[in-house]
Order: sequence, then C-alpha cells, then structure tokens
Amino acid sequence: MNTHSNGEDAYVKLHDVHKSFGTFKVLKGVSIEIAKGEVVCIIGPSGSGKSTILRCINALTEIDQGFIQVGDINVTDKKLDMVALCHRVGMVFQQYNLFPHKTVLQNIAMAPVQVLKQDRKEVENRARKLLEKVMLGDKADAYPGQLSGGQQQRVAIARTLCMQPEVILFDEVTAALDPEMVGEVLTVIREIAEEGMTCVLVTHEMGFAREASDCVYFTDAGVIVESAPPSAFFTNPRDERTKSFLSKVL
Amino acid sequence: METKRKKFGPHVGIADVVADGPSLVARNRELVSVLTAVPVLVAIVALATLIAGANLGLLEALIKWTPFIAEGFALNVAISLIAIVAGTIGGVFLGMGQLANATAVSAPSKAVTQFFRNAPWLVLLFYCIFLLPYEIEFGGEVYRVPNWVRASIGFTIPVIANFSEVVRGAAQSIPSGQWEAARSLGYTWSRTMLSIILPQCIKRMLPPWMNLYAVLLMATPLASIVGVEDAMTNTRTALQAESESRLLLPMYAYLLTWFFLYCYPIAQFSMYLERRFDIR
Repeated sequence: MNTHSNGEDAYVKLHDVHKSFGTFKVLKGVSIEIAKGEVVCIIGPSGSGKSTILRCINALTEIDQGFIQVGDINVTDKKLDMVALCHRVGMVFQQYNLFPHKTVLQNIAMAPVQVLKQDRKEVENRARKLLEKVMLGDKADAYPGQLSGGQQQRVAIARTLCMQPEVILFDEVTAALDPEMVGEVLTVIREIAEEGMTCVLVTHEMGFAREASDCVYFTDAGVIVESAPPSAFFTNPRDERTKSFLSKVL
Repeated sequence: METKRKKFGPHVGIADVVADGPSLVARNRELVSVLTAVPVLVAIVALATLIAGANLGLLEALIKWTPFIAEGFALNVAISLIAIVAGTIGGVFLGMGQLANATAVSAPSKAVTQFFRNAPWLVLLFYCIFLLPYEIEFGGEVYRVPNWVRASIGFTIPVIANFSEVVRGAAQSIPSGQWEAARSLGYTWSRTMLSIILPQCIKRMLPPWMNLYAVLLMATPLASIVGVEDAMTNTRTALQAESESRLLLPMYAYLLTWFFLYCYPIAQFSMYLERRFDIR
C-alpha cells in the first residue's frame, strides 16, 4: 500500500481549486494529489464541498479558478476532450443513475460501444465478466427497476468499470442504501481497490475509510482541513474541527 | 412530492410494468369492453332518437347523403393525419431546441413555441390559406396546391408548438442524474438526448400526444370556413340541397356522431395509457 503521495508521482492533481455557485463559495482553494493505485477517502460535514471536488475532477462542474490534471489530461483546458477524460475517469453516483429503459447488460455495454466505438461482441463479453465480478451474473437481462438498491449500485459500478478507467470516483455510493446492502457494495469497491484501481471516495462509512483507504482527507467549509493516512487520522487528529467531527460520527 | 417523483419516477414506471403482469390482462379486458360498449351504445341511442323524432323520409335523406359526408370526413382525417405527423416531427426538433444549452438556439425556439401556442388556430389557418402559394412549379410543371393541403399546413403549425411544449416538459421531468451519468460516460448533449432522454420520454409523451391528436381532429372542421370540402362543408351542402328545415338537427347530430365515434376511442385509450403509466 502506498503512503500519502508526494507531488512527483501524483496521477490526479488538484491545485488551488475555487468554485462558487452564485454567491456561495463551495470550494475555497482545494489542493489534492493522488497517486496511481491509491485509495483516497474524502470525509466531512454535508455542504463542505466533498461531492463538488469529485464533480470537478471529471468536469461535471466547471471550476472558477485553479488547475486540475488527470494523467496527461488538463481538465481545466477549454478544449477538453470529454471522451478521453471519460475513458480515464469513471464516476459512480449516490442515486445509481442507471438508464431505466435499458437492460442491465445494455446499461453496462452501451457507452463503450457508442462512445468509445469498441467492438460490441468484445464489450458484451467484458460486461458479462464484470457482472460476474459484482455477483450479478444472472441479472444481465433484467431492468434496473427490478433490482434492489444494492444490486443497482453494483451494476453502476460494473458500468463504470466497463469503460476501463484509470480512476473511479465514488460519490456517497452507499448513502441511499439500506444498511444490509451497504456491505455488498463496499465489498465490491474493496475488491476493485485491491486490484490496484485508483479510487476516490466521498463517504460517510468511517469503517471503510479506516480499513481500506491509503489516505483520508477531511473537508470543512470548502477547504481541506487535514489529510493523513487513516491510522494517524482516526487515532490522532490534529485540527479541532476534525476532532469535533470525528467525535460526532465515530 | 415533486422531488420524490423526480427521483423515483423512471424506476417506478418499469417496476410497475413488470409487477402488474397478471392484472394487465384483466385491465385489457376492461379496456376493450369500455372502448367498444360506450360508443356503440351512443350510436344506437343517437340513431333511435333520429328515427323516433323524425319520419322515415328524414332517415332516408341521412342515408342518401352518408357517402357524401363520409367523403368529407375522409378529408378531415387526412388533414389531421398530415398535421399530426408533420407536427410531431417538427415539435420534437423545436422541443429539443428549447432545451438546448446555447441561448442562440433555445431563446428563438421558446419564442416560436410560445407565439404559436398562444395563437388562435383559425387565424393561423387563414394565414396559411392566403399566404401559401396556390400553385408550385416543379420541374417545369405547374401543380395546383389544393385547399386542404394548405389547411393541413395551417394545422401543423399549432401542433408543432403544442408538441414542442410536450417534449420540453417530458424531457425536463427526467431526473438530472440521467444527464450526469450520460455525461460521465462521455455522451455528448445530442447523443444523450437521442439515446437516453427521449426514449424515456416516449411513454410520458404518449397520452398528451393522443390528446393533442383528438383536439386537432375536432378542430379540422374550421377548414370548412376557408372553403375546404370537409365533412362540415358537405353536411351544409347536403342541407342546402334538401332544403328541409326538419333535417337540420338530425343532420348535424349525425355529423357529431361521426366525430365522436372516431375520437372517443382515442380519448379513452389515452386515458387508459395515463392510468397505466401513472402519470399526472
């Protein structure tokens, strides 16, 4: 496992990122560096800008100031190639956002075929293997509406994996799930992380952050208050705000 | 309430379809019986009234003029079909235009939609009848454009505007998460619209679309004002030819029955679809 990355080998780089929605400043100078294969958890109170950070990394939200880079792609470039970026950065959402009019298999295979122009047969084979991997091998022809929340979220993860990204962003992916379904989704994420996928998670699952991540970032009011490997972060937080937050959630 | 529907709308839709499997047959049977029973009943009552209220001579006149009125009615149907097909195609594009990110596209689309949605159909009809050319030259030959074709174009304009709003409303009722998921998978705006948003809109658009068609068909007799020989014009012609004042009420009642028999099943079917998809 990596320790906290230094600037040299960073694959995802955010530097002094600012973002406002109207007059509300969501991000006030956020800098994060994530190495390849690293698993990073971003935690913090709601409204602190956690999800916005993720959405900036895959250009769902345009930033006002600062700089974001993923590998050799400059995300803040005016002439950003969205297809190239989406091939590299995948995202899994809190509400799954599966396409309800498509079957599970179509959901997983459609983007690689339509957007990346890959061969349909090949993509479908890959999609079926990914379904096995997320323990839903028998659901290829089901529609999302027929699945439980946990199953839908695992399909969403398979859909993201099928794009063969280098980084996956998980935006509170277990927050909408019943407690008994949280485990099955976290198990899948842990497996992916162990295979070396770079993962950035916004999460409220402190247990997962403690056990599975390489680095924990704590955000509050649009800034990164502190970041540390989980062992240090959870046992020996330095900042008062971190201490107060942890005392409430642990 | 609104957010809840937005969040779970599409999932509930699919789940309903699947979960309702067995009861669907029963509902279909109910639908068929309602669809057939009511119009037949109305037709019988209408005919009985005609026969009872009038002597057999009047009935004979009705029967005599039936082919002539049917000829006109065929024109009403033809106008409505041309207008609904052209209007739907135009409405999809105008509706997509309303949703475009570029203001240069969305602002004019919205303006056009609102202007023609709030214009009286009859005035638009007059415009088309008198502004469109009476003849067009194509490949050296001159073709006369019949009145009813120009009238069809006149009806197409309000259909485009109304359907544009239907498309906009349906597309906006799709949760924003669908757009985000598509974007994060590398889909462009137009690709998202065509392969992800619009397909999900179809079931939401179907009931208002059928409703629009019924309204359109019932507006087609307006064409008689500008000289199209539709069912209305032909009925009037028949009445003039008979010059029998006792025929006035039965004849128009007969015409109404024609429209009713054509429109009622459509209205019923659209109400059935609304219930089926549980869309408010």
